[in-house]
Amino acid sequence: MRHSTFGRGLALSLVALVLVAGCAQSSGSTAKPAESEGAGATAEASAGAGGGAEAATCQGSGDKGTVQLMINQWVGAEANVAVAACLLKQMGYDVKTNTLAEEVAWQGFSTGEVDVILENWGHPDLEQKYITDEKLAVDAGPMGVTGIIGWYVPGWMVEKYPDITDWNNLNKYADLFKTSESGDKGQFLGADPTFVQYDEALIANLGLDYKVVFSGSEAASITAFQQAEKNQTPLIGYFYDPQWLQNEIKLVQVKLPAWTEGCDADLKKVACDYPPYVLNKIVRAAWMDQGGDAVDFIKKFSWANSDQNEVADYITNGNMTAEEAAKKWIDAHPDTWKAWMPQG
Amino acid sequence: MTTVRARLSVPSSAATSRRALIVGGAVVAAVLFIVFRGQWTLPHDDDYGLFRTLNGIRDAVESNRSVLEPIRAGVAGLVGIFDQVLASLGWPGVIGAAAAIGLIFGGWRVALLAAVGFGILGSLGLWESSMAVLSMMLAAVLIALGIGLPLGIAAGRSQRLASALSPVLDFMQIMPTLAYLTPITLLFLIGVAPSVIATLIFAVPAAIRITALGIRGVPATIIEAARSLGATERQVLVKVLLPLSRRPVGLAINQTIMLALSMVVITSLIGAPGLGRNLQNALSKVDVGASFDAGLAIVILAIILDRLTYAAGEWADPRERAARSGPRWVTIGVALALVGIGLAIPLVADATTFPDTFAASFREPVNVAVEWFTDTFHAVTIGLKDVVTNLVLNPLESVLVTAPWWLVVAALTTVAWYVSGGRAAIIVSFCFAFIIGLGLWEHSMVTLANVVIGTLITLGIGLIVGILSARHDRFRAFLRPILDAAQTLPAFVYLIPALALFNPTRFTAIVAAVIYALPPVIRLVDVGIRGVSGTVIEAATASGATGRQVLWKVQLPMSRHALLLAANQGIVMVLSMVVIGALVGAGALGYDVITGFAQGKDFGKGLAAGIAIVLLGILLDRITQAAGARRQAGMETAG
Repeated sequence: MRHSTFGRGLALSLVALVLVAGCAQSSGSTAKPAESEGAGATAEASAGAGGGAEAATCQGSGDKGTVQLMINQWVGAEANVAVAACLLKQMGYDVKTNTLAEEVAWQGFSTGEVDVILENWGHPDLEQKYITDEKLAVDAGPMGVTGIIGWYVPGWMVEKYPDITDWNNLNKYADLFKTSESGDKGQFLGADPTFVQYDEALIANLGLDYKVVFSGSEAASITAFQQAEKNQTPLIGYFYDPQWLQNEIKLVQVKLPAWTEGCDADLKKVACDYPPYVLNKIVRAAWMDQGGDAVDFIKKFSWANSDQNEVADYITNGNMTAEEAAKKWIDAHPDTWKAWMPQG
Repeated sequence: MTTVRARLSVPSSAATSRRALIVGGAVVAAVLFIVFRGQWTLPHDDDYGLFRTLNGIRDAVESNRSVLEPIRAGVAGLVGIFDQVLASLGWPGVIGAAAAIGLIFGGWRVALLAAVGFGILGSLGLWESSMAVLSMMLAAVLIALGIGLPLGIAAGRSQRLASALSPVLDFMQIMPTLAYLTPITLLFLIGVAPSVIATLIFAVPAAIRITALGIRGVPATIIEAARSLGATERQVLVKVLLPLSRRPVGLAINQTIMLALSMVVITSLIGAPGLGRNLQNALSKVDVGASFDAGLAIVILAIILDRLTYAAGEWADPRERAARSGPRWVTIGVALALVGIGLAIPLVADATTFPDTFAASFREPVNVAVEWFTDTFHAVTIGLKDVVTNLVLNPLESVLVTAPWWLVVAALTTVAWYVSGGRAAIIVSFCFAFIIGLGLWEHSMVTLANVVIGTLITLGIGLIVGILSARHDRFRAFLRPILDAAQTLPAFVYLIPALALFNPTRFTAIVAAVIYALPPVIRLVDVGIRGVSGTVIEAATASGATGRQVLWKVQLPMSRHALLLAANQGIVMVLSMVVIGALVGAGALGYDVITGFAQGKDFGKGLAAGIAIVLLGILLDRITQAAGARRQAGMETAG
């Protein structure tokens, strides 16, 4: 008895599902060809402009071996990897990717599951352990992007309260940032727990009338800033660049006491801004020792914040897959990536 | 009816003295709170010694990890085998095989469901991810059953083993999944193997418990009869116990698969491929539509596997099989033909990737709908969040955090003693002692406040919807697929809309927990009320009771046991969302667990926080579980 009603319910919901999917499919199929034609047209056009060079394809023989690229859990890292993977495939490599949290990724150097981390945000403890002590990994040089971490407010606030971008004025505005979570203090939105951060110490040491409320994840922070800009509600919190959201909405950094060498040595007494991060590439030592075109390519790989944000924005807001976004960038910037490729 | 009357006519003098006791206790507690507020508090300290000690243990384990390498390699090898089988079948082969299995076990309907279901996975563009999930899940289930069925059979036959296993299984089931991902990456690093191990740890308790329950359910007289006919212990097991507990064992397999499926998705955090990865990518782009597609794929996979295993369980019963109409060779012939067609397609077409011609996606419409919804309602929802937080959550949290710790311990231990008896009170006070020892008092109190509010909201809504569902068959039929989906849909899918509606706050976490915990609560309330026997209701109606009176005076009191079970399940499920809640702003223990997972220096704190969540779970579980048992006993004696 129970069985038969259960079965009927499931069967009904499934039929409904199929019908809906069918509708979505038919509407999708009318939209799709036009879309792909458009993409083809632009690819052709840019290929024409490039003086007869063929449009980028991310395909190759795949017989030169496999490269394992690690993707950090943010879109900028996906952009790095998409472009590198596309070019490596063109060179004849097979590419395997793995999306991991930062610390977890380093463990991949000991299991052999990660060959390359393209965007490392300075982890002195991990560098000590994996590079210096265990010699499992090697620093393969800067990847061109400078990471900026700081305190940000949505653009509309700067228009309304121009002096809010100086930390000396933050106490004046503390009331503005009060929420149900922060009691009688202003709320400072802390970040994803996997990121480097010491905002609680900063607030205490700068004598600010704020309480750190942790967003808990990057997605939560992004959603909070999107909503704050859209609904013109006050928000101050930890954010960073490069990040695709920087291309979508205006975020303005608050000036903290400038960073000087060593001012962040003791994280309990820190009272200065976050340092600029020269992001670097870390590769597995054993993989590096094999040598070959892929190793040379990764060593030379270097691009700017604007390049990464461009590709990340295609992925997030341009409705493209990472590979499509990479192809589009590759078509438009041959001068940048040609320098990374093997000569001859 | 006698039960009801007995309950209603408790001697009034006893009732008043009880009430006086409760009021007196509450007054004493309130006075102590006002006098000592802010003293004897245990504020949080990130540098607590124990956290560093645990870090030291981690370093020691790390340097001896190679011992476990064979396990790691073996598990990875098993997944590799499943991977290869699925890959060599190709998509037509998998669809054909699934349809054939469905046909043999359940008939053409199940076959159609399996084929169409797998087809939808492909047309969502998630074929490879789904197969990755499937092969990891199959490996985890195989190992889980290899451990779980023998242990379950043994526990079913030996009470001593059963009571020794029980607390261990409790621990495994309440421990938040993210909290044991940390020690697992410590032992087995990252990748497929640790993901499968984490999954089987999550799924194995259900396999053991249900199997043991099934073995124990075989009537003692039958076993006696077998023994008196001279059967050996081995014969009793093989010829009597196992055949007679086929259905529960089938259920155990079914539940193991369902649990494994929900866990495999989460293990993408430690490097597992598959649908979890798709969800994670969608989350980092705040792309609700894309996460909906991946979530839907998981729901579909769950439905297919549920139906297939359910059908197989039925089929295992010879009586059921005999009752089937139609000659068997036809079924088998058609099944073989299906597999053959599936395997033949690769000869004429590319079977490695699913064709784009069937592509479908809900991404765009879902994104549009979510944006409209959040834009339209966020003002209302933010207001709701503020009202609940300021009027209920903040006051409760402030009382728990600022009260002297001994007052909180004394008050809750007394409640436990009063509601559930001395044994529960002892367990509760032990749990508190451990939480204090772990150095996580303040964070535990914040989390406790969240869990209490979350449970109250869940029970409030669950009771209303459950009653409606029990009284209206149509409403129930309408509700069923929604509840099925809500139970299998990963929470990651609805976190972003919840964030847009409520900002990153504790209330958002409460909302996520309520969505997760509601389905089982609604089902238990529905089952409980429907379980009240028809004759009792007829008698009540005949003596002139209105529909409302029947509900309040008969159905609700008589289904009290089911309602308490619902409360108990509600608490445990709300608690299991504490860590997920921290991803959307709940902070406290959940945040400690995530930090410990992500940052090496906080490993110790994270592990301790995971244990504190288990302790909170045991504490709340014991208070309510014992209450249910005691009430039940009381009712039985009264009846």
